[in-house]
Amino acid sequence: MHNITRTDTAPPVVGLSDVHKSFGALKVLNGVSFEVNRGEVLVLIGRSGSGKSTALRCIDRFETIDSGEIIVCGHRVSDPKLDLRALRQDVGIVFQSYNLFPHLTIEENITLAPCSVKGISKSQAKEQARQVLAQVGLEDKLRQYPEQLSGGQQQRAAIARSLAMQPKVMLFDEVTSALDPELTGEVLKVIEALAADGMTMVMVTHEMGFAKGIADRVVFMHRGKVHETGPAAILTSPATPELAQFVGTGL
Amino acid sequence: MNLNLDFAAILERWPAFLDGALLTLQLAFIATALGTVIGVLGAIGRRSRHPVVSRLCGIYVEAIRNTPLLVQIFLVYFGLASLGLKLSAFTVAAAALTINVGAYTTEIIRAGFDAIPRGQIEAAEGLALSRAQIYWHVVMWPAIERVYPSLTSQFVLLMLASSVTSQISAEELTAVANYIQSDTYRAFETYILVAIVYVVLSLVMRAGFWLLGLVIFPRRRRLGTPL
Repeated sequence: MHNITRTDTAPPVVGLSDVHKSFGALKVLNGVSFEVNRGEVLVLIGRSGSGKSTALRCIDRFETIDSGEIIVCGHRVSDPKLDLRALRQDVGIVFQSYNLFPHLTIEENITLAPCSVKGISKSQAKEQARQVLAQVGLEDKLRQYPEQLSGGQQQRAAIARSLAMQPKVMLFDEVTSALDPELTGEVLKVIEALAADGMTMVMVTHEMGFAKGIADRVVFMHRGKVHETGPAAILTSPATPELAQFVGTGL
Repeated sequence: MNLNLDFAAILERWPAFLDGALLTLQLAFIATALGTVIGVLGAIGRRSRHPVVSRLCGIYVEAIRNTPLLVQIFLVYFGLASLGLKLSAFTVAAAALTINVGAYTTEIIRAGFDAIPRGQIEAAEGLALSRAQIYWHVVMWPAIERVYPSLTSQFVLLMLASSVTSQISAEELTAVANYIQSDTYRAFETYILVAIVYVVLSLVMRAGFWLLGLVIFPRRRRLGTPL
């Protein structure tokens, strides 16, 4: 229902083609290709070490690739002369460990980048901070410091901080892996609401039930390759024995 | 044993002691302020990706930390004189103390910078902040908050060490004391008094740093927890 009508001419928001990447002798990405269209939610799954987090981090150039091509919101990420800050204004990323700035209030965490990078006024940024915090259900935490919040609240605040930059695509790197089931639930609800609003998203997660509910497309990574891909239904009826084994143990 | 202390002759010279104490505080203030700036720049330099910059900053730190302060003061004093620069003893003292404390501050702040988790910087990079903005907003303030106790002890030590500049006749507290004891022949009383004044100056500085900490670290003021 939230799917935006796509035309075949619209370029994908994120496109990886034949991406290779090694850490020393270890080949992490071995010819990875996938695309994410506007308004689409792509879920990356796979065992630890399968390369899914690396693939995600390559999208925001937190890792550089050895060969292949990555295009994100029109930026050639694989180009050495890439305008990194322009890319990162279009891409929001949320990490497993929240990474809120501990010495700043939640409001200051959120207004920092819009004020420093986009140059919007303090009052405008504060108004926007209120909006994004309301979106994640934390409007009463403006003046609190990160350490005063629970893990789930910190992660929601980190999502709000990303949203304040009005990204065109959001990346989520195992954002609930540090949380207990109850706190995981409150973070996932926020992400679901974002998906319903039509936000383009790429996420790495181990929450299979959640992936099933939210994914427009699932990419199963295995040994640095896209081993199987398809709609969320592949999680219930996998085509390859590797995915069958993975979801078998994951559910 | 016949201990006969007479402070009367010393105490009537109180305006001279006051002048000396104020000059000591001035030296400490100048060296602390400039030393902090040097320390921040030096720490950034030591972490620079350019090997020449980081080597130069490393040489500065090691050269200062492995030579005596008095020798550094003489080097600045006679070095500037041989270049034909005629500067007051106060200026030379302030310059030498600044160069000295800048090196120690560089090391302390560098340790603070190194303690910032990598994830903090990645989060800031992900928000498209520039390198300078990341250093200022995300690295420097939490780093300084963490090393603030070491930094402020270093600055109090510096104030005490400034007594060495009496050797180039900067008219600070110890130089005043040297002059008064030779004038009154009450050496022991003079240095007892001077020691007390140094203790008071230390307490004043510590109180000042405590107040400054409340102003520049609002999170700590509100929550009282270490970062």
